[in-house]
Amino acid sequence: MSAPAPTDLRIITSRFDIEDGHTLAGYERTGGYAGLRRALEMAPADVHGEVRTASLLGRGGAGFPAGVKWGFCPPGVWPRYLVVNGDESEPGTYKDRLLMERDPHQLIEGCLIACYALGLSQCFLYVRGEMAHAQERLAAALNEAYEAGYVGANVLGTEDFSVDITLHWGAGAYIVGEETALIESLEGDRGMPRLKPPYFPASIGLYGKPTIVNNVETLANLPWIVSNGGAAFAAMGADSSTGTRVFAVSGHVATPGVFEVPFGTTTFRDIIFDPRYAGGMRPGRTLKTFIPGGASAPWFFEEHLDLPLEKTTVDQAGSMLGSGAIVVMDDTTDVVKACHNVVRFFARESCGKCTPCREGTSWLEKILCRILSGQGRPQDLDLLMDVCDNISPGIAWPPRQTTICPLGPSAVSPIASALERFRGEFEAYLPATAVAVTTSAGAMS
Amino acid sequence: MARLNPNNLAIAQEGIARYPVPRSALIPLLHLAQEQDGYVTEDAMAHIAELVGVTPAEVMGTCSFYEMLKREPVGDYMVNICNGISCHLLGASALIHHAEDTLGVKPGGTTDDGKITLEAVECIAACTEAPCLQVNYRYRNQVTTEDFDQLVADLRADTAGVAPHGQLAKVRQHVSEDRWAGVSPPNGQGEPAWMARNPSDNGDGS
Repeated sequence: MSAPAPTDLRIITSRFDIEDGHTLAGYERTGGYAGLRRALEMAPADVHGEVRTASLLGRGGAGFPAGVKWGFCPPGVWPRYLVVNGDESEPGTYKDRLLMERDPHQLIEGCLIACYALGLSQCFLYVRGEMAHAQERLAAALNEAYEAGYVGANVLGTEDFSVDITLHWGAGAYIVGEETALIESLEGDRGMPRLKPPYFPASIGLYGKPTIVNNVETLANLPWIVSNGGAAFAAMGADSSTGTRVFAVSGHVATPGVFEVPFGTTTFRDIIFDPRYAGGMRPGRTLKTFIPGGASAPWFFEEHLDLPLEKTTVDQAGSMLGSGAIVVMDDTTDVVKACHNVVRFFARESCGKCTPCREGTSWLEKILCRILSGQGRPQDLDLLMDVCDNISPGIAWPPRQTTICPLGPSAVSPIASALERFRGEFEAYLPATAVAVTTSAGAMS
Repeated sequence: MARLNPNNLAIAQEGIARYPVPRSALIPLLHLAQEQDGYVTEDAMAHIAELVGVTPAEVMGTCSFYEMLKREPVGDYMVNICNGISCHLLGASALIHHAEDTLGVKPGGTTDDGKITLEAVECIAACTEAPCLQVNYRYRNQVTTEDFDQLVADLRADTAGVAPHGQLAKVRQHVSEDRWAGVSPPNGQGEPAWMARNPSDNGDGS
């Protein structure tokens, strides 16, 4: 039976094909800033209420409900800040850059709505350093929006609503996508995550003040939600995963691409195989495995294809939708090399603050290098799992962690997935003598 | 010349004024120094320290954490080949090996003529365009070895249309004085005025 048919419904990518959609003229012509005008007719608390009603889940990776996160600001503590997480760096993830490049005003409008709803008096838009074009598009859009009266002093001529948006950019560090590391970086420091608790910067964040950190895609949904109502948003997708979501499907597929689909009802099979989306495997190839939600996510296989792209279902199946990055690998894939590639990423990007991650990820990478170079030892496969267990005790899902942030446990995902499913491919890399020892040891136990 | 020149000093001061705490401007200022000199010099770090009120060592501490900030000279063009998982699956390793052979350097190395520095980098968010690379942070998508050779020829002739290393965005944020609402210092201000609004006294909102 085929899954529900994909639709052409697009909310936040609606201007991607419009030539001048990134300019103020193009944005206004296509309904831009209507959400902000609508919000200003409402009480701030009611705007927050619409976002709660929408059940908008954060689109950055953790999938925490934005309206709930917004509610964590302690009452009576001012000022409060908004920090936009535009540090998209999770391998396989490609959506926030497009949202910033092709529809920068939509993001700016989303920021203004959030600031209005929560009393956030200054916004910092943190864009990944490597994204020069996105920085340009946002700078140009902000300059236009300031001059047109949408941002800055007395927004749209109001007497009481003034908010500044400061464009900020990073300088190359994946870890800065972790929200407390992002705040450290924004304060001019090395981008290392802060010890928890507090778990949410909404209580203690930038400069020690209540701070909402939201992902680009999360904020980009706000203009539509306020214009059309939270209930209309919640009516799309599944009960627990509402609205639409943008997924990048990359790797060994016929037509890789970035697709906005109904959240929670579209399946992995739809988005990977439907000709309107990734179009299936390359000719003559078969699916071997796929990563459902970015490099940090445990891998999925053929038997997971009919799962919907829905948060709870995917969590319960042992992985996550993460940052909307689906990476597909076909039967030509050397999984040991693929596993090493992902682990190397985490080893390189570990900030070094927590010992299990700093030492563990680099040892995992060294051991995998040794295996790939044909110098693997019979005990190396168990050693990999032992190191993983030290970073993430029990190697369970969701992961437990001996570290401040989830980066270390993320390196465990590819190893646990690949070793469990494709152990033979790892053993094939071991020298013949080592394999013999492994086999006999296995027979003895 | 390595302290910020007068023109860049003005840009720096305008940037610092957009933050409630000057130190927050550190990374953008380090980029500005890199734009001026091609890399971040020790004199520039000392100057930035003065501007934001921290020690040069603190500036160095921040600078040394981030991959894009170079404390040694690099080539005019950084060619950063993506080695993320999506690019890996579609030939990144072969492209990197081809680049090493063509340029005669390993990742991290600079060609003898000082033109090109090669790097193999982590995911640069163009996963559906694999294999991809950036030249001074400008994208080249679905790069073949032929594309790469042409790119190198264009870079050597300075005809690739890419600004020298250091310059990121060609457009800067600029806010006229009368449009700027004013920074929100962490130890000032009570509840913002608009939070007192309720549905019955909202005006027309335009």
